[in-house]
Formats: sequence, C-alpha cells, structure tokens
Amino acid sequence: MTGSIPFDPRVLRAPHPVPGAPDNWKRFFSFNTDAKVIGIQYMVVSLFFLLVGGLLAMIVRGELITPPSDLVDPTVYNGLYTMHGTVMLFLFLFPILNGFNNLLIPPMIGAPDMAFPRLNAAAFWLVPVFGVLLMASFFVPGGPSSSGWWAYPPVSTQNPLGHLINGQFLWILAVAISGVSSIMGAINFTTTILRMRAPGMTFFRMPVFCWTAAAAQTIQLIGLPSLTGGAIMLLFDLSFGTSFFKPEGGGDPMLYQHFFWFYSHPAVYVMVLPVFGIFSELLPVYSRKPLFGYKVVALASFAITFLGLIVWVHHMFYSGTPQWMRNLFMVTTMLISVPTGIKVFAWLGTIWRGKLRLTTPMLFCLGGVVNFIFAGITGIMLATVPIDIHVGNTYFVVGHFHYVIFCTITFGVFAAIYHWFPKFTGRMFYEGLGQLHFWLTFIGSALNFLPMHWAGLMGMPRRVASYDPEFALANVLASLGAFLLGVATIPFLLNMVSSWARGPRAPANPWNAIGLEWLLPSPPPAENFEHDVPTVIAGPYGYGLGKPLVADQDRFIARSEEA
Amino acid sequence: MTPTLPRPSRPSAAGLLLIAAGLFINLLISLAMARASHGWMPVQASSAAPHVDGLFALETGIGTFIFLGCISVIIWTLLFNRAPRYDLVDGDPIEGNLRLEIVWTVLPFVLVMLIAAHTIRVNHTLATLGGKERVAENGAAPALTASDRAPGTTFGPIEVIARQWSWEFVYPNGVRSTELHLPLERRADLRLTSMDVLHSFYVPAFRLKQDLVPGSVIRFALTPTREGRYRLRDAMFSGGYFATNQTDVVVQDPETFDGWLAEAARQPLTEAPNLALELHRQRLADGDHGWATVPPAPPPRVNVTTAVDAPHEA
Repeated sequence: MTGSIPFDPRVLRAPHPVPGAPDNWKRFFSFNTDAKVIGIQYMVVSLFFLLVGGLLAMIVRGELITPPSDLVDPTVYNGLYTMHGTVMLFLFLFPILNGFNNLLIPPMIGAPDMAFPRLNAAAFWLVPVFGVLLMASFFVPGGPSSSGWWAYPPVSTQNPLGHLINGQFLWILAVAISGVSSIMGAINFTTTILRMRAPGMTFFRMPVFCWTAAAAQTIQLIGLPSLTGGAIMLLFDLSFGTSFFKPEGGGDPMLYQHFFWFYSHPAVYVMVLPVFGIFSELLPVYSRKPLFGYKVVALASFAITFLGLIVWVHHMFYSGTPQWMRNLFMVTTMLISVPTGIKVFAWLGTIWRGKLRLTTPMLFCLGGVVNFIFAGITGIMLATVPIDIHVGNTYFVVGHFHYVIFCTITFGVFAAIYHWFPKFTGRMFYEGLGQLHFWLTFIGSALNFLPMHWAGLMGMPRRVASYDPEFALANVLASLGAFLLGVATIPFLLNMVSSWARGPRAPANPWNAIGLEWLLPSPPPAENFEHDVPTVIAGPYGYGLGKPLVADQDRFIARSEEA
Repeated sequence: MTPTLPRPSRPSAAGLLLIAAGLFINLLISLAMARASHGWMPVQASSAAPHVDGLFALETGIGTFIFLGCISVIIWTLLFNRAPRYDLVDGDPIEGNLRLEIVWTVLPFVLVMLIAAHTIRVNHTLATLGGKERVAENGAAPALTASDRAPGTTFGPIEVIARQWSWEFVYPNGVRSTELHLPLERRADLRLTSMDVLHSFYVPAFRLKQDLVPGSVIRFALTPTREGRYRLRDAMFSGGYFATNQTDVVVQDPETFDGWLAEAARQPLTEAPNLALELHRQRLADGDHGWATVPPAPPPRVNVTTAVDAPHEA
C-alpha cells in the first residue's frame, strides 16, 4: 500500500462525540456499540457519581467536625458513610477506569473497536441499572445499607425492620450486578488486547497502559466470582433464612471475610494498575524521555496481579487468624512493595534529566506519584502485624486507603482526563483552570487525609459517628480539607463543560506525544484507522530516539492532520 | 532485558559529594522522625506497646529515608530539568540501566524480608493470641484447659462479653463489671465472646486489638505495665450506636486490685447505665426519625458500673 487513503469524509462527519453535530447527543443515551461512545458514557456517569459520593463525604465530614453526634442521627451517619464508600468504588472508580479502557485500548493498539461491542455496551448499561438500584435504596423504609462497604455479617444480615426489600438487599443486588458488569468488561478488554493489536505490535511494543489494563482485568476474572458468590450467600442469609455466616445455624461469619477480601483487596490493584499505566504513559510525554526500563515496568504489572491475589488475609490479622497465617500473609503483602517499587523508581528514572513541562496532567501525575510513595510506606506499616493490630480499623487505615484511592488513583484519573481530553473531544481545555484544580485538590487532599493518620495512631476507630474530644483537632483539619476538595471540583467541572462546548479546536497531537492514538484525528473517527492500520516498527516511548513508531509515519501524520 | 546506553556523562566529584551530603542529611532527618514517632502514640501501658512502637519507629525511619530520597529526585528535576518555554528538544533518550534496575529490585526485596523476619520474631515474643474455639451446640463455652490456669503471675480467666452496645467483664470470683480492672504486671487471660455481631476489643494504650466473634470463644492474653485509666473502644463496626460502645480499662497495683475485687463482690447487681439505650430512648421519644437500627440489647446487670466522667489517659 503506497498511496495515502484519506479518511472517508462521510465517516468523519458521521456521528462522533463532537459537539454541534446534528443529533450528536442522542447516541449517548442509546445502546451504542462504539467503544468511544461507551467510553464517554462511562466517564460522564462516573463523574456524576463522583459528585454524589463527594456530597455524601461532605455530610460525613460535617458530622465529624465536632466530637458529638449532632448533625445527623448515628444510624443516618452509618448509612451515609456506607453509601459514600459504595458509590465511590462501584459507581465512580470502576466505571471511570472502564471508561478509559474503552476510550484508550482500541486506538492505542490500532483496533477499530472492542472484540465484543455488544457485550461492551451491555456491560455499560448495567452501570445505570445498579446505580439506580443503589440510589433507590435511600428511599426504602429503614434507609440504605448501613453496615459499611464490607457488609460484614452478622451486622449486615440483622435487617431490623424485617422487610424483604430493604437497603441491604438492594445493596447486595447492586454489588452483584456490578460484578457481572465487570466480568463482562474484563472478558472484552482482555480479548481485545490479546487478539486485536495492529500489525507489528508485539507485547513488548504495547503501551504500558494496555499492559496494566490486561493485568487488572485478569484480577477481575479470577477474583470477582469470589465476591459475587459471597454476595449471593449473604443475600440468602439475609432474605431466605440460610445460615452460611450465622453462628447460631452452624455457619461462621469469618467465612464471609475470606470471600469478601479475596476479591476486594485485589480490587485495589484493579483500580491502581491502570493508574500506574497512566503515570507510565504521561511521564515520558511531559519529560520528553523514554519510559525508564519499559519491559520491567510492563512485567511488574503481572507480578502485582499474582501477588495481589495472595495477600487478602492481611485484612483479618485481628479477626482470630492464627499466628502462622498472619506471618505468611505479612510476607506476601510486603513482597508487593518490590514490583510497585520497581515502577516508582522507573518513573523517577524517567523524569531524571528530562525536559519537564508542568502542564495540568503532569502536575496531577507528579502529585499522584508523591502521594503514592507516602501511601506505600504506610502500606508497609499496615502489613506489619503488630502495627496493624494497633492501627487496623482506625483512622490510620482510612488515611492510608484514601491516599491510595483518592490521592493516587483519582489524581491519575484527573491526569488522564486532562491528557486525553483534546483527543476524544476535539477541544483544548483551559490550562489556568486545570492548574487551579490541581492545587486546590493537592492541598485539600493533604489537609483531609494526613491528619487522619495521626488520629488513627492515637486510637480513633473508623466508622464512628462520635468520638472523644482528644481527636477533635485532627477531625477539624480533615473536614476543612474535605470541604476544600468540594470547592476544587468547581474549576474542574467548569473547565470540562466549557472546554467541551467552546474550547479551541484541538490538533491531532497537541502534546507532541508518541502513540498510535496520536496518529488519529481529534476526535478519532468511529473505527479509528479504518482500513489503513499502521504497522508498528518500534517500542512505544521513543522520545529523543528519532525513530518512527510506525512504517510510513509521515503519511499517517499528514492523514490525521488533513482530517 | 532493557537496552543499556552509555551514560552521557560520568558524575563529577562535586556531584558525588552533593549526593553523599544529601544522604547524610536525609539520614539525620529520618533518625529524628523515628524518634519523634513515639510522640504520635498514646502512652505505653502494656508489655506489647514498646514492641509495637519500636517497629513503628523503625518503619517511620526507613520510610522517611525512602520518601525524602524519592522526593528529592522529584524536586531536583523540578528545579533543574524544566523545559524552557519554547524548547521543543527531547531529553536524553535513556531507556534503562540494567544494573540500576537490578539494584532497585533486590534492595527492596532484601529490606522487606529483613523487616518481615524481625516482625515474625516480635510476633513470637508477643504471643497474645491464644486458641479460638467454637461454642458447643448447647451454647456452653468450651471448658478451661490447663494453660488457662497457669500459676504464678497469671490472672484470670476474665470473660469479656460484648453486646450491641455494651461491654461486660466477668471475673473468676463471679464479679460482673462494665469497667475492666486489671492488676499491674500480671498476665491477664481473657476469653472473648460476642452475643450478637462482630465487635473488637481495642485498647489503644495497650496497642492491642482482637475481634470478638459470635459463636466462638477467643483466648487472648496481655500484660498491663502502667497504672492508669485507659479507653477500651469497640473497633469493629457493630451497627447503629457503634460509636458509644466504649468503656475504660483501669490498671491497678495488685493489692489495690484485690481490694477492688473483694469490694465489688459485696456490691449488689444493678443495671448498668448505657449510652446507646439512652440515645435510642431519646430517638423513640423524638418520633423515631432516622434509619433502621436494631434496639440496644438490655444492658448487663453488674456489681460495678463504669465511672462515666473519670478522665482517661489514652
């Protein structure tokens, strides 16, 4: 193939996520099988639920700004923090990362779409279904689930009002449907990565984001059946009188904890691995250097997958776990620091002697890396059995996992949103608002989550609606930080909405980045490269090497710019 | 694995000196942080506490060293490796360095294995956790074994019973209390059980925590080492009025303790005051607003009730 095949102008004008196109918005509300439409559906739904979860968090922090339980009834407080955690995990983080999987995987590997487009769309449409189910639980008699996002029995199966339809019932249904949706997504993503790469794109020429996505989705496939099985048993215990977990019927509540954590600890890696991928994609772009030790960084993802599946008992060190088991799971947990350490050091090696550009995505990346190093250190402390026995189930844990889940994962999500915003909307965002968003978020998150570690070390249990006055200072600081984080979403939303509506048009490759997705027009046409898929001839991070990524690169660049 | 390119320039003597000086300063700060970390904890009131604080200080020191080391690299690049405004040139195309990558894989591995080995030794020393046995079919608690009645410096067994939302302690002589009194420097044997849901026996000043599992009796032993009054908190979420489920541990010298126990045996059984019950009654009086909760269990009838307003040290 010598001559350039330009993009079909009818295809380019065909419905895409471009504002202003006739009837453009309607497809976002339909059972559309285009991965890019599904990606944006995921993103918008999950950002909506970020606001819902954030609002719940601010009521929680409003209650905790003073020692006594004086803002809401303690039972309402329990429901609010339970729903905060559930919404943030199942309706914000998992869906938004699936949004990135949808948007990024096909263009990054040169595929026209996902392997199973209808399965993909079905997986997405389950999200609003269980989202509505979960929100409906606020309005059933007795209120929503109030047993924490772990839903440990026997508290979760007490069902005080005795109704069949209760908050806990809807919660379990929602989590089970979320699990089904995630498994459908995982089958789709792994198949796409394994089978649909462009010619020449060997595994060791694949972007690290795709490596981490594959590693994360492998965890979903192995772990989720355990959670879904546990949830179904819990549902039967709650509603149909079985006693899998009821001691009075011969069951054991500890069994549930194994089912729950076998998936729910690795679930953290499902969320953090793609963010490691995002850091590994973005740091080279904004440092103008190849990713340091690409192959090792890529392989370390699967080391995390493997180790992540054999650490779950570290959540149960004080549950009556025998000493030998504590020691065993302490060792496996500590081993996780080796592959994650490899990644962190590789990122430092990447920015070292680079040409740094501190744009909004880069700021979120660097902030996320700093926060992650801190979270890793408190993670090792929590792996250490005697320390965990003191600080486990205290605010130290709350501080630690928010440093992972917010200060690392959500920072990475923000970085990725800004970085790929021009590619998928065709518009540039406003840099000033982005920087404001970063600084408010960085300061707010430190103020919110650092003092929690201190409160936990002093012995403040998590999930309390009231507390002894000696913890007041840490909680006032944390609450102020939480409100600042609420304020930080204003410039973010303003930026996203106004940039998408009337931001300057984005060129095909605004960041001068290397990668197949940057050889496509912004936004990419419905089937990406269509019938003219480039042949990959080099590794993914050739910054400064002066070697083309694909054969005939100039032609593809010209093609993307003409469009 | 990774192609190794020759370094563009060898580090100069001044550079090495700078790195050495930086590492030295980092070491000093890390030592200071390890020392300061003791101040972030409550007072040490059990034989386990110094071990826990020692491990925490060790990891605070190592963690600070690693954190500052990494942050220094980031700050250095932020200061000296920024691209000038219109500079579109790429950085040095360093794709990796095999020797460096081996070092930063092997060093953390060795480090965490050393920490783990040390911790396993500490775990062995602490040995707070005894066996866990299922309650028999007829509801009877498992029989005492010889190890429960070790002679000499051991006291107990004390039955620790948790309910939604109260604590009850039953002494070998039959005294019932909602406040846990323990003799100083005696290894106290506890038998933990829960009447309804999961609870957790957590005394921050002791640095110890153990869940109470309904349907099982868990043996637990600890040695208080400091007189005083400390908070005992439920640390495993137990439903509606979870936050109220706290009481005090009072560590007394053995003679005072014996006096207290003898005096307590002469007190009649009375219903213990219970904050959860008060709050729930208040809620019912106010029209039962709020989301569903099971009603609080009837408070235990005890010889000694908790001194509500007595100040606790930690």
